[in-house]
Amino acid sequence: MSLDKTTKIEIPILARVEGEGALDLEITKGQITKCDVRIYEPPRYFEKFLEGRAPNEIIDAVARICGICPLAYQTAAAGAMEQVFGIEISQWAKDARLLMMLGQWIQSEYLHIHLLATPDFLGYRSGIEMAKDYPNEVLRGVRLQHLGNDIMKLFGGRSVHPNGVKLGGFWHSPKESAVKAFIPRLEAALKDAEDVIKFVSGLTFPDTTIPFTQVSLRHPTEYPVIADHIVTSDGLEFHVNDYDKHFREFHAPQSTALHSTTLDGRPILLGPLSRINLNFDRLPKHIQDMANATGVQFPSKNMFHSVIARAVGSYWALERALQLCHAYTYTDTPSAPEKVCAGDAWFAVEAPRGVQIDHFTFNAEGKATNIRISAPTSQNLPCIEANLRIALEKFGLDRPDHEIQLHAEMVIRNYDPCISCSSHFLTLNVTRK
Amino acid sequence: MSAHDKLLGLAARPKVAVHKFSSCDGCQLAFINDAVSLLELSTLVDIVHFAEAGPLDEFAEVDLAIIEGSVNTKHDIHRLEMIREKAKYVLCIGACAITGGIQALRNYQDEKGLLSWQEGVYPQRTDVIIAEDLPTAKPISAYVPVDFEIPGCPITSIQLVSAVRAILFGVEPEKNVDSVCVSCKHAGITCVMVAKGEPCLGPVTANGCEALCPSLGRGCYGCFGASKYANIKALKQQFRDMGLTEQQITHKFQFINSQDAGLQGE
Repeated sequence: MSLDKTTKIEIPILARVEGEGALDLEITKGQITKCDVRIYEPPRYFEKFLEGRAPNEIIDAVARICGICPLAYQTAAAGAMEQVFGIEISQWAKDARLLMMLGQWIQSEYLHIHLLATPDFLGYRSGIEMAKDYPNEVLRGVRLQHLGNDIMKLFGGRSVHPNGVKLGGFWHSPKESAVKAFIPRLEAALKDAEDVIKFVSGLTFPDTTIPFTQVSLRHPTEYPVIADHIVTSDGLEFHVNDYDKHFREFHAPQSTALHSTTLDGRPILLGPLSRINLNFDRLPKHIQDMANATGVQFPSKNMFHSVIARAVGSYWALERALQLCHAYTYTDTPSAPEKVCAGDAWFAVEAPRGVQIDHFTFNAEGKATNIRISAPTSQNLPCIEANLRIALEKFGLDRPDHEIQLHAEMVIRNYDPCISCSSHFLTLNVTRK
Repeated sequence: MSAHDKLLGLAARPKVAVHKFSSCDGCQLAFINDAVSLLELSTLVDIVHFAEAGPLDEFAEVDLAIIEGSVNTKHDIHRLEMIREKAKYVLCIGACAITGGIQALRNYQDEKGLLSWQEGVYPQRTDVIIAEDLPTAKPISAYVPVDFEIPGCPITSIQLVSAVRAILFGVEPEKNVDSVCVSCKHAGITCVMVAKGEPCLGPVTANGCEALCPSLGRGCYGCFGASKYANIKALKQQFRDMGLTEQQITHKFQFINSQDAGLQGE
């Protein structure tokens, strides 16, 4: 292959990601001259059709942005609205929302580890193919995934578009017996989760360093799921209300997803790797020891270590869920009284893929007049593009197109991109000049 | 032609493709979320295209194309026509594919209104969006013939596996004609509308969720679309009698399945 002419590689559709997208790669004289992740997931205009809607309709609607992390949208929207209206939710509701969010983490992270990510590391085209040679590992992943789904069902009736969260708290309080029934399952799951950490530690990771600003939520006492502070690897820590003072959201023409960067245009990295890097001190000592035993030193700047970050973060999630189930009591007031007023507020949660942050403005009748919903995948897009440039140059641009394609896909899948969210699939076009 | 006659020619081990149009991916999760069923299904059929799970061959000749999502862009009309041409049967899954879904709320915007949405969300390069956007989000059946449908937002794994099993047996997937109220009665759930004054779309909504929302103490909001004998007029009157404003009532009906023919009426 000559390096001084234009060549085209096409990945018609990026597989094992959620949503529709494509990658345009142009290589001129052995250098990447264009690297555009094109999101062509059709716009659905949630921010617009929800204007004028009642708060509880908004909570039911935002779930439909994404079937994989519906609860992150619901929790952030409910949280923002409660702040606007001055509704103080009970500790019971806070714990229940955390438990349900942990269920979503567990579901989504183990799905990604087993069906979407590890097939890349082990040389399979899909989790279905991998299951033939690794039946026990895949079934272990499925068990953990189901456990996460079932925790979500406790409060929401179903794991995709759950119906539990309302303005002020929840529609109902599950019976104590139903929650306590999860204790033995969670205890058994910890052994599985420990085995998953060992399993992913044994994978071979390409050596790629990405120098980008990492961003995560920061909780005053524990690993962040629902929190009001943002922390960055640049040493900044600030309240979510100041999001726009540090980051900028813009529309890139190749995409129906909005992109985010720092104000001076640098990519930002959200997700499990940033979370563990910036919150290692918030993990209990024994989980830190488990993370250190993987052979990876956190903080890590190698995005391929995301799979280990997912496995460790999910172990913590299972342990925290177990504590919450032990402490759970039934309440006959699962919701604080609803009220509305004019105002605006920010609210953020850690979706499995990273910080999901909303800003809502309401009028005095409690109707939304302006809505901003920033999905983690959108915010990650400039970082995905920049990471691809570094990873592919390191991998070797003179390699055959199909190898470049596979490596590019593997880089992108580290982000577990959720493209329905970010615009709500990926074709790779490589041009060599 | 009956479904039985139609399905006579189906291969013993059919080729199946799963396609996504505009959607949240939640209905495909009925496969992926229940990975045991997905692995089992992979022993019964050849899954030749299912991007989210891995296999890729978008325009392969297949026996059954399973389609999620609505059609909102010009590109998608073309893609859908290609998929239909290569598929013996088309099975639509979920509200988006069957009625246009929640994003069909754009259909209430005139050209100017939609432009203001496009400019509002994509201020810098609205032109790129306008070049592809259709004025409406429509169901699959608005563009190509559809053989079978599974309603829901989202559909459930049981619905999906039952439907695929039924098709493999050469019969039409079962259609649920009852309303959500029937499940409430079976499960002994106290009527949330009567007892708690919660407005509930259960009386006009197709069953399939086992009265999920009423079981949580809240009103149904119509995920599964209209039930067969839905009396829209009577329920709207009930809502008026409960003190809901006309706008609140409109919002109830214009939500997940706003374009569903069975939900229209005074």
